[in-house]
Amino acid sequence: MTTPASQFSDQANLVSRDLRHRRLIQTALGKYEIVRDQRKAAFQDWSAARQAAAETKYDAINHLDKYLEEFVSKIEARGTKVHWAGNAATAREIITGILQSRNARSVIKSKTMTAEEIHLTEALESAGVRVVESDLGEFIVQLRREAPYHLVFPAMHLTRGEISDLFTRELHSAATDSPEELTMIARRELRKQYLAADAGITGANFAIAETGMIAITENEGNARLTAAMPKLMISLVGIEKILPRLEDLALFLPMLATTGAGQALTGYNSLYGGPRQPGESDGPEEFHVVLLDNRRTELLADAEQRDALHCIRCGACLNVCPVFRNVGGHTYGTTYSGPIGSVITPHLRGLQDWKHLSSASTLCGACTEACPVKIDLHHHLLQNRRNAAHQKPRRLERLGWKIFGAIVNHPWLYALARFFALVTQPLHALFAGSRLDPARGWTQSRDLPPVPRQSFKNWWRHRE
Amino acid sequence: MSDREKILGRIREALAVPAPRPGHAPETSARLASEARRWLPAVGESFEEQIALFRANAADLKADFQLLTSQIELAPRLRQLAQAEGWKRVASHRGELTQLGCDALNLPVLFTDQAYDPLALETCDVGITECDALIAQTGSVLVTGRSAGGRAASVLPPHHVVLARRDQLLPDLPAAFDLVKRKYSPGYPSFISLITGPSRTGDIERILVLGAHGPKKLTVFCF
Repeated sequence: MTTPASQFSDQANLVSRDLRHRRLIQTALGKYEIVRDQRKAAFQDWSAARQAAAETKYDAINHLDKYLEEFVSKIEARGTKVHWAGNAATAREIITGILQSRNARSVIKSKTMTAEEIHLTEALESAGVRVVESDLGEFIVQLRREAPYHLVFPAMHLTRGEISDLFTRELHSAATDSPEELTMIARRELRKQYLAADAGITGANFAIAETGMIAITENEGNARLTAAMPKLMISLVGIEKILPRLEDLALFLPMLATTGAGQALTGYNSLYGGPRQPGESDGPEEFHVVLLDNRRTELLADAEQRDALHCIRCGACLNVCPVFRNVGGHTYGTTYSGPIGSVITPHLRGLQDWKHLSSASTLCGACTEACPVKIDLHHHLLQNRRNAAHQKPRRLERLGWKIFGAIVNHPWLYALARFFALVTQPLHALFAGSRLDPARGWTQSRDLPPVPRQSFKNWWRHRE
Repeated sequence: MSDREKILGRIREALAVPAPRPGHAPETSARLASEARRWLPAVGESFEEQIALFRANAADLKADFQLLTSQIELAPRLRQLAQAEGWKRVASHRGELTQLGCDALNLPVLFTDQAYDPLALETCDVGITECDALIAQTGSVLVTGRSAGGRAASVLPPHHVVLARRDQLLPDLPAAFDLVKRKYSPGYPSFISLITGPSRTGDIERILVLGAHGPKKLTVFCF
């Protein structure tokens, strides 16, 4: 039977040996590291900026009710309709309902991980709505019918050759190995969609309580076009996206750009506070904001790990994680991968099914160090392990430790065990590492140290 | 009970237990993001330093920045661009600076600050707009639906030309958000954007390509 844990370990085995994958990731993340460090060095005080960002998010999350109500009353005052969705199914129903009641048959969508989380595209397609992803990376993975590989770089696992083949097959374009030409093929294809789509769907990077606006960060301009051309605009926003004040963006936008992609500032940082206002010439006639809980409040209720809701989805922890870099984004089988995904997925989808992610860690702490809002990621992985063991004790493991305790506490038992090991080790060597070996997890890639002929105690007594 | 009440109820229940403060900082040390100027990349105080920083950032971003000695220089420079790129149709909006630009070109103009046809805008070769501010720290252009002829004129045409006065240059991001508040609060426009360079993507092998969906070129004239 395939469980999330067995799927993870099978995939990890395959991907970590894939040299092609390894090269792609090394190139992409190597470039990223250089520019990220340059941008960090340009800050007058990066560590104070991190502390301030962490405290700002702390304030936002620990007064979430107050700030959400402020956000809603401000953005509604400009004619926006706000919907609250307790779970994924409700959010899907709300969005499908809005589209169907306006007879909207086609949607242009800009990159949103929150929509991935609730499987929005599948729901809309089964309701007969055509959905086109407009972000280049998302457009590529949509054509491949797969999930985004990375929070920020969805098509990071593909070479230009594979993308060219894909475009030739799906869009009937001429083959090319130029990233520029490939981008222009997508540009031409998507241009038509912006003008023809009945509705635009976006996510949000931040929701500003003070002024009632959502903020969208992007490089390509696809979100701007999605929010400018169609008559109807819907934004799906996780409740944790709140920032208290407009000026907080002066800190968060450059930090997101720095840790996200090694940029001083992302190409377009746009604020949307309503539909077309009186006296304005364009923009959607209707603007809907769907606020999504989907078990975020359960994470909120865990005070120890509440800071995981500070996450601004920059992807910095993925980029530095030795596990992510070896096993790749798809291996996780989750919407949010890497260290932050391993921390929050057990809260969003169930601890017992997803606890294995917290064990796929070297506990090196690189993620915690990289996080711009100081989420204590690697300690949260330990806490998940503790909580999982507490909730569902592993009896065999417990028994093992009990036996070990008894042996090391009784010299005669220890001597007996040593004698037993000495006798059986040559026998074990006959099938060590094979399928018959109960210790295969260790022995298939490592040698078991030989049991010494003489015990330490014995050696000490008879030394010269 | 509605989803709104349910969610707010769950939040209030969850927050009854306090969370440890980030970085084990005592409550009194709370540093606000509004002090960001002290930590963000440094910006010089004089106009010359700030314009030099904007110029350097624009070059990094592959945007074209042209500082003119007076507005008389604008017309010939614009005509030069129009000729080089073969502009046939211009999108713009009504304004003191855009008036200068449109007068210089003698081409058909689609005005986007009143109801317009999006398909017509798609055929324009350039969007010429004003802005709210230029930001030295990042090389950004601050626009709003009100200052730059709506949401689309600065993103749909393949070339975006910004016309700005020298006194619109601001040092940094905190100054930009301060300006937005002072200028518009509480009647904010529905669209506010910081444009930092032409449209770009690195989605294919992390190789930079300009003009992913928005303008392939961004030109800023400052006078």
